[in-house]
Amino acid sequence: MTPVLSVRGLDKRFGAVVAADALSIDIAPGQKVSLIGANGAGKTTFVNMVTGYLKPDRGSIELDGIDIGRGSPRSVARLGISRSFQIPQLFIDLTAAENLTVAVSGANAGALSLHSPAEAHGRHDKAAELLGRFGLAHLADRPVSELAGGVRKLVDIAMALVRRPKLLLLDEPTSGVSAEEKFITMDRVIHAVAPDAATIVFVEHDMDIVSRYADRVVAFYSGRIIADGNPNDVLRDTEVRRYVTGGAR
Amino acid sequence: MGPRRFHPLLMILPVIVAVLFGRVLPTWTLSLATIAASNALVALGIVVLARTGNVSFGQGLFFAAGGYGVALVANGTGITDAVLQMLIGAVCGGLLGLVIGPLIARYSGIFFGMLTLALSMVFYGALVKTTLLGGSDGFNVGRPSLFGLNFTDTREADFMLYAVAVVTTGLAAIAAVFLFRSEFGLASLAVRENNLRVEYLGLSANRIITTNFVIAATFAGASGAFALMAQRHIDPQFAYWTTSGEFVFVAVLAGYQSVSAVFVASLALELVRSFSNLYLPNTWQLALGVFLLAVILFLPRGIGSLWTRERRKRTGLPAEAPAAAEEGAPT
Repeated sequence: MTPVLSVRGLDKRFGAVVAADALSIDIAPGQKVSLIGANGAGKTTFVNMVTGYLKPDRGSIELDGIDIGRGSPRSVARLGISRSFQIPQLFIDLTAAENLTVAVSGANAGALSLHSPAEAHGRHDKAAELLGRFGLAHLADRPVSELAGGVRKLVDIAMALVRRPKLLLLDEPTSGVSAEEKFITMDRVIHAVAPDAATIVFVEHDMDIVSRYADRVVAFYSGRIIADGNPNDVLRDTEVRRYVTGGAR
Repeated sequence: MGPRRFHPLLMILPVIVAVLFGRVLPTWTLSLATIAASNALVALGIVVLARTGNVSFGQGLFFAAGGYGVALVANGTGITDAVLQMLIGAVCGGLLGLVIGPLIARYSGIFFGMLTLALSMVFYGALVKTTLLGGSDGFNVGRPSLFGLNFTDTREADFMLYAVAVVTTGLAAIAAVFLFRSEFGLASLAVRENNLRVEYLGLSANRIITTNFVIAATFAGASGAFALMAQRHIDPQFAYWTTSGEFVFVAVLAGYQSVSAVFVASLALELVRSFSNLYLPNTWQLALGVFLLAVILFLPRGIGSLWTRERRKRTGLPAEAPAAAEEGAPT
């Protein structure tokens, strides 16, 4: 099967710090891949390079065979990669529905209308549908500044989903969410993403979440991939236990 | 999605009332109101741009470009029609904005503001040194006409200019309300909040800023034409930093939550300046400063927050949540 994402020999250095060291990975359509690793292992750098925020020093990144290694976040988004953030990147003074409406405008191919109301042409309906999918319909008219951290995470992910991306990258979708709510949050995410059948790559520190939701795990250490495979095998790997999970499982 | 809002076209009514009111205004207040409407047009542009999180400290550049453009065309071709002159000014300002906008949109915050200020001062310096344009003394233009009618009576001429300025500024305000409520207007607010996320959503933050910049420059150019018509004289002072500062002053007084606040702020500034000049001729700038400080202290979101806050209370929404639904409400 042709991979959705194909990364070859990706290098990235920040001075003496090696953030990515010859990373190579193929991700097949429909996979749910979890990236694990200690802080500073290179997971977010990998996500930032794939989404065009950082340019790799060397190597190639292809989405469906198209080279995106030098693309900007905007061009990469238009080609079909969306992401959410470890700290939700929202329009804090706008309501949840308005945040989603901006995302719907971004997903439309045409130029932004200077006169048609923001909520017209089905934009409000699409925003409401997505909020409903995440169980947030009742919060549509609340400013994001008034929403709890876990809800902001969901709004952030909902915005990434508007484009019906080929590849959805979620940076720590359950960080900042209480232990009782993390599975509920993740269930909502997986349930909401399902209709669009996106390939998902999520960065995660919680091994319970990883083993329950990922069908493939990639472990990072010092900018390198030290293990790649199904969750059971990777989480039992000696190096992973030593450098990532600390013998947690 | 948000509170029930007025249709922007209803704003035509207060515009008509304002024009008719000009018939009973004393002559000296006509010119004051014309200047207030003209300044409000530039300030409206600054508010449009401020919704992207950027403030221009150099709108005098486009104000002067509009004024000089109209003056040169008027003296060169004999065009005296006030509406045509306003349109020429708007085109001059808009075209200059189109050249500068894409270059400056890459900067933000204080860099954006200082660059606009620097450009306006470069333009000022060039105008002062250009003897062909009268140097620091500038040059005169003839009295404007309207649709072929020449106004020899001073009061009628002042009223004509007042009416054209109020109608133009009113139409610009209606356009601004449509803009604020539009898909583009919401995206502009998003740029102010988080332009990186805007890019990740597939939108160009630079293009959004540039478009708002060109709109602001167009408004400033039209306003420069009105200032020229009112004074029938132009000089490099149009581009000087104090002129730009005055427009920012109005925008800060108004806040960005309501279009109508821009007109109230502009009128308030003219009134405070006129009366403080009358009663405190040596310290009128001090009075202006105290007035601005009082507004910033008690109304940090500008004069417009007075009625947007009231309306949010009535509709049961949180008092300080500036949703896009609030923007441009024709109050």
